[in-house]
Amino acid sequence: MLTNKHQPLSHLDWLEAEAIHILREVAGQCSNPVLLFSGGKDSLCILRLAEKAFRPGRFPFPLMHIDTGHNYQEVIDFRDQRAAELGERLIVRSVEDSMKRGTVVLKTPDEPRNKHQSVTLLEAIEEFGFDCCIGGARRDEEKARAKERIMSFRDEFGQWDPKNQRPELWNLYNARSHKGENIRAFPISNWTEMDVWQYIERENLGLPSIYFAHNRDIIMRGGAMMPANIKLADGDVINVPKAGEEVINMQVRFRTVGDITCTAPVISDADTVSKIVLETATTTITERGATRLDDQTSDASMEQRKKEGYF
Amino acid sequence: MSTNMQQNDSNHNDSLLRFMTCGSVDDGKSTLIGRLLFDTKTILADTLTQISNTSKKRGMEAVDLSLLTDGLQAEREQGITIDVAYRYFSTGTRKYIIADAPGHEQYTRNMVTAASTANLAIILIDARRGVLTQTRRHSYLAHLVGIQHIVVAVNKMDLVNYDQATYDKICADYQTFANEIGLAQARDIRFIPMSALNGDMLVDRLENMPWYSGETLLEMLEAAPAADEEQNAEFRFPVQFVCRPHASADADLHDFRGFMGRIESGDIAVGDAVTVLPNGYQSKVKAIQIGDLQLQSAQTEQSVTILLEDEIDTSRGDMIVKTGSAIQPVKQIEAFVCWLSETPMSTARTYVIRHTTRESKAKVAAISYKVDVNTLEQQATTELKMNDIARISFKLAQPLMVDSYTQNRAIGAFIVIDESTNNTVGAGMIV
Repeated sequence: MLTNKHQPLSHLDWLEAEAIHILREVAGQCSNPVLLFSGGKDSLCILRLAEKAFRPGRFPFPLMHIDTGHNYQEVIDFRDQRAAELGERLIVRSVEDSMKRGTVVLKTPDEPRNKHQSVTLLEAIEEFGFDCCIGGARRDEEKARAKERIMSFRDEFGQWDPKNQRPELWNLYNARSHKGENIRAFPISNWTEMDVWQYIERENLGLPSIYFAHNRDIIMRGGAMMPANIKLADGDVINVPKAGEEVINMQVRFRTVGDITCTAPVISDADTVSKIVLETATTTITERGATRLDDQTSDASMEQRKKEGYF
Repeated sequence: MSTNMQQNDSNHNDSLLRFMTCGSVDDGKSTLIGRLLFDTKTILADTLTQISNTSKKRGMEAVDLSLLTDGLQAEREQGITIDVAYRYFSTGTRKYIIADAPGHEQYTRNMVTAASTANLAIILIDARRGVLTQTRRHSYLAHLVGIQHIVVAVNKMDLVNYDQATYDKICADYQTFANEIGLAQARDIRFIPMSALNGDMLVDRLENMPWYSGETLLEMLEAAPAADEEQNAEFRFPVQFVCRPHASADADLHDFRGFMGRIESGDIAVGDAVTVLPNGYQSKVKAIQIGDLQLQSAQTEQSVTILLEDEIDTSRGDMIVKTGSAIQPVKQIEAFVCWLSETPMSTARTYVIRHTTRESKAKVAAISYKVDVNTLEQQATTELKMNDIARISFKLAQPLMVDSYTQNRAIGAFIVIDESTNNTVGAGMIV
């Protein structure tokens, strides 16, 4: 077969081009999209991709964070700083407001709040009339995500039905929805944790400090390392050691950043992005396996949360 | 091509290959994928612990690598794979995306979906059973959906004592069939004997088949061209989004008008004469950008912003081509359509066709015939049910700028949308 031989794009260039294409499809097809932005590494990559997709124009969507109230102050500060640098609008909606409204009821006060983000997210979608939420989920993160579409359809209760997803062929995305329904768009679906770190390295992206190795008091709880005595923005202190729990000072970093009560750090001396890239290449534990306690309750826990409207 | 299109990426300049696997669970497809992930050290300790526990629970002696691709609770309960799953691995020199589709007849739509983004297909044959009806079906579909590279993997060689004569016979049978359907003439076909269970000829050669001197599976994958590497179609740039930051405080931006999109085929350079379809306005390329980066030229699959010399009224759905290109807007198309929806196609209804960044209402003008995917016979039909493939002509309300699918996958493909549900109900490949 006669072909013009091109120099192939590098995998990062290809992934970047695909993600930019997806972001522009959201902008072209949806009337009121929003970009979910937590200050975490995946959503920071998406912000850079959005700059490449839409500058010198403004982003055709605001940023929104669903705050559990159990986030690290460093991450919240970084989130605000990044939104200000970009000059883009940041909406923050809080799980604690949903608790005050009575739409979120905790079983115990220190229960992980990640799963309750779904309620607050759906309330925010309704409040602003968003027809599409752009998120940083990746297919390699968890088994239940391997079959996720790039444009994933949610019904008016925000539910994901794995048996009722639209076929997705070529790069022809179908982001149509009726009023009240919602599309979740995942521009970095095809990225792995390694791709994310390589992209952060290549693009020189800034990150919240807790991604890098630092010393911290740790307690062992439920078979995982937990950061001890974390002071929240409202002055409360959580993860206070219980009687019999030993506090150890260790050098750690976070591989994922979520609700404090269910995101565990890993032992690491990687204090630069290039050291993290190396460490990621040689690690023996998956990203969520090592660090996300909320995925360990059962083999199907992510699938269950997604059905209930979680990202 | 100039090299300025490559960004500062010397550390990570490995390319990317998307491939699919065709076969049923019985052919050892899940084991093959599990083995590739395992032998390339993509499986990490906690995942391995998880699947070895499950293997034990199910009373198996060895770790069942096929559990790695066994995704959702809904499926685990039914013991089947109902959808396309995507898996990832990297060899350090290349990143791979595997589209894993179930192979049974009722899942033709899943195979078509998986094939749509793949540049290589691994077609699994059980060495004990040889070329079967399903092998023909998988090969026809891979051919129809335009996959350039076919690897025929004769698996379970361990169960035929690694016998070369058995392997040679299967290869000859396949070659005969490939000649019959025109596959052999159009595509690059390779054969390999293997045992996914033992790992023979996947990543490691092992010692069981000294008579085979060809490449291992991984060597074939490493050498196969990426889709963007061998694409030879003309320049096509469907406009996705128009950037006009005129409200900006920056005076330089008052006249900025950037046409944003992905180059679906060909290449473009600053100074090239272009035509914007369907209106036919002509101009020249003033600049090509990715974010802040200014490019002199750009190629297939890059997402860029193009600025033109002249102020031209252009919007999403238009297509920029090189001046002189033969492509013309058309209001009737003929295509092979795979029906994806449980609700059969109705010839009375109006559907929406989405082609590149453009949409048009469409009605079926005629169904020429349906293809039996097992015998490849053409049959007269008046309706189209889920998993059916038929040659259909459509009348369009709005003109589309199309190429034939065999010349240009991106510009020859479309999806059919049912506006009442907004579901994607059909996949089309223009003849």
